[in-house]
Amino acid sequence: MTTTTTTTGHDKGLQDLDQVVIRFAGDSGDGMQLTGDQFTRTTALMGNDIATFPDFPAEIRAPAGTLPGVSAFQLRFSSFDIHTPGDAPDVLVAMNPAALKVHLKELKRDGILLLNTASFGPLDLKKAKYDADPRSDGSLSGWRVIEVDLEARTREALASSPLDTRSKDRCKNMYALGILYWMFHRDMAPTEKAIAQKFAKKPDIVAANLAAMQAGHAYAETTEIFQTAYRVAPAPMQPGTYRNIMGNQALCLGLVAAAQKAGIEVFLGSYPITPASDILHQLSTYKHLGVVTFQAEDEIAAVASAIGASYAGKLGVTSTSGPGLALKAEAIGLAVMAELPLVVLNVQRAGPSTGMPTKTQQADLLQAMFGRNGESPVAVLAASTPADAFEVGYEAVRIAIEHMVPVVVLSDGYIANGSEPWLLPDVDKLPAITVKYAPPGAAGVKFEPYARDPKTLARPWARPGTPGLVHRIGGLEKQDVTGNISYDPDNHQHMIDTRAQKVANIADGLPPLVAFGERTGDVLVLGWGSPRGAITAAVQRLQKQGHRISAAFLRHLNPLPKDLGELMRGFRRVVLPELNKGQLAMLLRAKYLIDVHSHSQVNGQPFKSHDIESHLAKVVAEVTQEVQR
Amino acid sequence: MTSVDKPVLSKKDYKTDQDVRWCPGCGDYAILNAVQGAFAKLGKQLHETVIISGIGCSSRFPYYMETYGFHTIHGRAPAVATGVKVANPELDVWVVTGDGDAMSIGGNHFIHAMRRNVGLKILMFNNRIYGLTKGQYSPTSEQGKVTKSSPLGSIDYPFSPIALSLGAGGTFLARGVDVFGAHLEELVGKASAHHGTAMIEIYQNCNIFNDGAFKGFTDKAERDERILYLEHGRPLLFGANKDKGIRFDANFQPQIVTGGELGSAFVWDETAVNAAPAMALATMSEADFPVPLGVFRRREKPTFEAGMRAQVAAAKLKKQQSLRDLLYAGEIWDVK
Repeated sequence: MTTTTTTTGHDKGLQDLDQVVIRFAGDSGDGMQLTGDQFTRTTALMGNDIATFPDFPAEIRAPAGTLPGVSAFQLRFSSFDIHTPGDAPDVLVAMNPAALKVHLKELKRDGILLLNTASFGPLDLKKAKYDADPRSDGSLSGWRVIEVDLEARTREALASSPLDTRSKDRCKNMYALGILYWMFHRDMAPTEKAIAQKFAKKPDIVAANLAAMQAGHAYAETTEIFQTAYRVAPAPMQPGTYRNIMGNQALCLGLVAAAQKAGIEVFLGSYPITPASDILHQLSTYKHLGVVTFQAEDEIAAVASAIGASYAGKLGVTSTSGPGLALKAEAIGLAVMAELPLVVLNVQRAGPSTGMPTKTQQADLLQAMFGRNGESPVAVLAASTPADAFEVGYEAVRIAIEHMVPVVVLSDGYIANGSEPWLLPDVDKLPAITVKYAPPGAAGVKFEPYARDPKTLARPWARPGTPGLVHRIGGLEKQDVTGNISYDPDNHQHMIDTRAQKVANIADGLPPLVAFGERTGDVLVLGWGSPRGAITAAVQRLQKQGHRISAAFLRHLNPLPKDLGELMRGFRRVVLPELNKGQLAMLLRAKYLIDVHSHSQVNGQPFKSHDIESHLAKVVAEVTQEVQR
Repeated sequence: MTSVDKPVLSKKDYKTDQDVRWCPGCGDYAILNAVQGAFAKLGKQLHETVIISGIGCSSRFPYYMETYGFHTIHGRAPAVATGVKVANPELDVWVVTGDGDAMSIGGNHFIHAMRRNVGLKILMFNNRIYGLTKGQYSPTSEQGKVTKSSPLGSIDYPFSPIALSLGAGGTFLARGVDVFGAHLEELVGKASAHHGTAMIEIYQNCNIFNDGAFKGFTDKAERDERILYLEHGRPLLFGANKDKGIRFDANFQPQIVTGGELGSAFVWDETAVNAAPAMALATMSEADFPVPLGVFRRREKPTFEAGMRAQVAAAKLKKQQSLRDLLYAGEIWDVK
């Protein structure tokens, strides 16, 4: 939180800041996600750049007041272009002792702690595993603590509301939001509108929520404990129309936009799984756009039904997370063999096994690449930010249809639930996607289901119901062209080579890699998926210090862009931060025989840009020394 | 069903140029013949039909039918077929599967297809053995069966596929036998006329690994006394002279009646709301009672694909949205 100027003219003084990181933390039932979401919408509408990171437990409602039940929402907003939701918060809102215990250690020194004192009884402290009240034993020294009994204040504000006490208490998050709106000079109108819409059928609830928010705002305005409000000017952003978007939402919109452009209807076969379920939820609201969603009996049926739909001429899509991808493996192999379009969305989470379902990780790359029996190549794409997920969803559909291949899209929990402003595309300028169904066959001419397009090697998409094209396909090896079952050794070799070449050919149509910085230098930082923001921020800072460091981000992981080898060879050192044990680094080392240095983190959290920066600073120093020697 | 612009097909139109590769003497040949015969009478065109199979001897079936065919993976045919049927409800979608494919590895998809009442016609070849993997016991093998994987006899209790399907809410359930071609052909025709999920359990002899599994009631000498043909609206009678009948006692247990009590034989109603009589017949001991063949249950109810189609149509009617409006939705703001 860098103070740039101090102004007067506001009752209590108004400071200009260039950025703020706020973290809301409370019980799963305290409405922290909603509070954070409201602050985010308001702030986006006020023209700041913003990035968010919801961090919640897998349990829907862990026992109230306990450490595992703490749910948090971090957001960062600024007057400049930002790439991450920030590392350490400037402001922590802690709704109970447990939230304080879990998150205080990350609050910046001298940061603001807004502490709800309503639940600091002996039992509350015990549940949070505090031996003594942290407010009186000096453990809060070093932070600017603002103590407010949110429960009492909210009840007082809602004295005339007809709601019962329990319902009134549930408005305390809005009271806190009101305080923060005052502190950060935010407009309350967007939230007033949103709450009125959300609870349109419950006027008492709307009234109580708004009264609590307004009371919080007034409390901050009038009470002496709040001395200063802060202002963050709008960020200079590329002109255009924006919308705040979460990764799962953007992925859905990318699929639907591509399908509409291609003139094809989407069939989603899916089985609920964290953190991918919202894709199923959202697409199920698009029936008016011809989107059919099928909640299957299991992960296998989900992908199998999508394959069936693709075979019948729709765009088959399935959405899942790591454990589900494992279950779908055999069926994806069938799609490889049958050479049908299929889009598999894998929103990665921390594994192995059930792992930590609500935490993020990028450890399914090798599963996506190789997690099937036999030589079974598929295209693999990765989304790197919530808004980028739109373009990646779109690209996945293009590749699946134009190349007749399964495409696995890797997102992760951090992208799925994080949000950022999205510069909306010009719909007319979205790239065209051409669906070419095989035309009806002439009488007496035997249809050749594996005759190939000479350029892409894609086979024809022959929809059942088309006269003259009856044919049989399946998981058994086929003779090329005829599609008849074949155990011929030469044919099998040829077909394996052909399926690999077909995926490799996708690279022919890919644009050159964009380097963030010079195309040659000392250090190249490669990234894929969600670490993009943290890497960009770190590399940007090192570039400003004059280091010869660049970054490049891979959207296409299979096939890789053709100029990747050349780009890597232009640097003395290649570093690859990823949230796994070095999976892409391993692939690149094997493919290019370049000494790619892995920088790994597998703690279920996204990278902090400062951690990456300090690692890269060391790398830069090493490389510089080598050069001098 | 035929019209001027649709050529009438014959049985041989459904044969492909592929050599049929089941073991000589396999019951699958007879089933293929009956299905081709039945299809020729349906008035469909070749390209309107899709046959989807899983894995097993039976699942080679699509290669021998001159229709669209998709030989998928073990147990998953009903799930693939559901995707096909929902994507294009106009297609006539058949699933060919076996007792291993449908009852074991694919049990989940089998029951859920029934539960949803997807318009699939499932032909389940039950030979009570694993043939393709060379002779292990299956989920329909009788207890005590000695096989390569059960040298001391299997401990498993078998499924009754009809009882399982009744429990899953199946709306058309029937049973035929490979060697009774005309009867089977008739059942295939009835299944085709049903709108929701139709399942025919077809007893099929595996002459290599389980030869004679159904001999006890299919042999000429035995069949009249051992087979109970279910005929809609007719009493449950069997025996060469229809001199035996089945009725239910006060505890709803089946009883064999003869002579003067023949008049109390239960009158079969395949469309009955309550599935209890069908369940009672599906679970009768093969040793003590005749083997019921024919239609156990036939009740129409709205299909899954019709429900889905109606939702999509209603949604389209209610809301038209351009791609631009879809993307530029919610709270948007302009930066100049």
